[in-house]
Amino acid sequence: MERIPILRMGQFLLVTIQVDMHDRLALQLQDDLTEKISECSSRGVLIDISTLEIVDSFIGRMLANIAAMARVLDAETVVVGMQPAVAITLVELGMSLSGVRTALNVETGMELLYELRGDFHSEMGG
Amino acid sequence: MSKLPEMINKHQEEIRTDWLKQMNSSVRRADLMSNEELDAQSRELMSAIAKGVKSGDLANLDGPAWDEARDTLGAISASRAKQGFTTSETATFVLSLKQPIFNAVRRENASDPAALFDDIWKTTQLVDKLALITADAFQNVREKFIARQQEELMELSTPVVKLWDGILALPIIGTLDSARTQVVMESLLQAVVQTNSRVAIIDITGVPTVDTLVAQHLLKTITAARLMGADCIISGVRPQIAQTIVHLGIDLAGVITKAKLSDAFALALQRSGQVVTKVNGGNGAGKRTLLRREE
Repeated sequence: MERIPILRMGQFLLVTIQVDMHDRLALQLQDDLTEKISECSSRGVLIDISTLEIVDSFIGRMLANIAAMARVLDAETVVVGMQPAVAITLVELGMSLSGVRTALNVETGMELLYELRGDFHSEMGG
Repeated sequence: MSKLPEMINKHQEEIRTDWLKQMNSSVRRADLMSNEELDAQSRELMSAIAKGVKSGDLANLDGPAWDEARDTLGAISASRAKQGFTTSETATFVLSLKQPIFNAVRRENASDPAALFDDIWKTTQLVDKLALITADAFQNVREKFIARQQEELMELSTPVVKLWDGILALPIIGTLDSARTQVVMESLLQAVVQTNSRVAIIDITGVPTVDTLVAQHLLKTITAARLMGADCIISGVRPQIAQTIVHLGIDLAGVITKAKLSDAFALALQRSGQVVTKVNGGNGAGKRTLLRREE
């Protein structure tokens, strides 16, 4: 069974979606990610979708759901690297993903996560 | 079998001379076209027509025998559209061919009124069709001009400007409709990716009116930019537009709006943790200080 790998980076989890998302894969990711967050007691999740070229409303809702679930488990979610075409599609579908934080690329996404978890920033920086 | 095709072929040069004379007296536009060019065009068209009539098919000009005539007419229309001829002037160029052919037909059929009438009718049909082809081609060329200009206007009117490291500006001039919003949105998002910008300023100083549709388009663009990780600031909101927005009940909550582009730029700098400061003692003195420091 195909799976999307979830990498642990200190207090954060890193998910890079590099294959075409289909519905079952998305549900699997949702399961795995929530599992992993509680297992590692992660404080942040970074989802890189820079290679994702096609989205539908299901994938859009899944992103929003993951963010909401992570928040319940006390982790912030940042979605990074969305392609222009994907952004336009989501807007046209009426999905503004208002609960999801976004950043341009992985670098700025990590910065944002550290910013959101200010306490950890000082810990790791010092 | 009508003698017309044979006759046109035989008297080709004669008809052409007559035709040129005719044009000189009626539709000649010396300001737009030289004599040599007109001469070349008429020669080309006449020989193409002669080739066409050889097929004997004068009623149907869609066949392969008339390919050359149609191409020639297309080329003539295109060049005339560029030179600034009007539609009627271009059509008259072809229509003025009628009388010269009539003259030739009359000379040929002087003794036989029935054949004369028959040939004249055929000639009329033929020349009218040729004229219609010309008018169609002329209009096509003009329509292509308009379409191209529209496209150029669209591209011209949506520039994305890089103001500073990580700060983009998008000055919108003119009314925003759906097609334009699409172009604006795409070029903005593309620029965000290319320049890695975190802040985009949409300046609507040049937008004459804002209605619910325009506002909706703007909000869509802002949401799309946010999804990619860039913040948008709307600037250049004029007092009247502010009033309209409130009267229409458009909800701009969650969108940062500023009255001036400079205010938006200041905020963008602040957000990206940058400041612009004055160098001590005005411009010239400041330069000197800098130079001395470098020494």
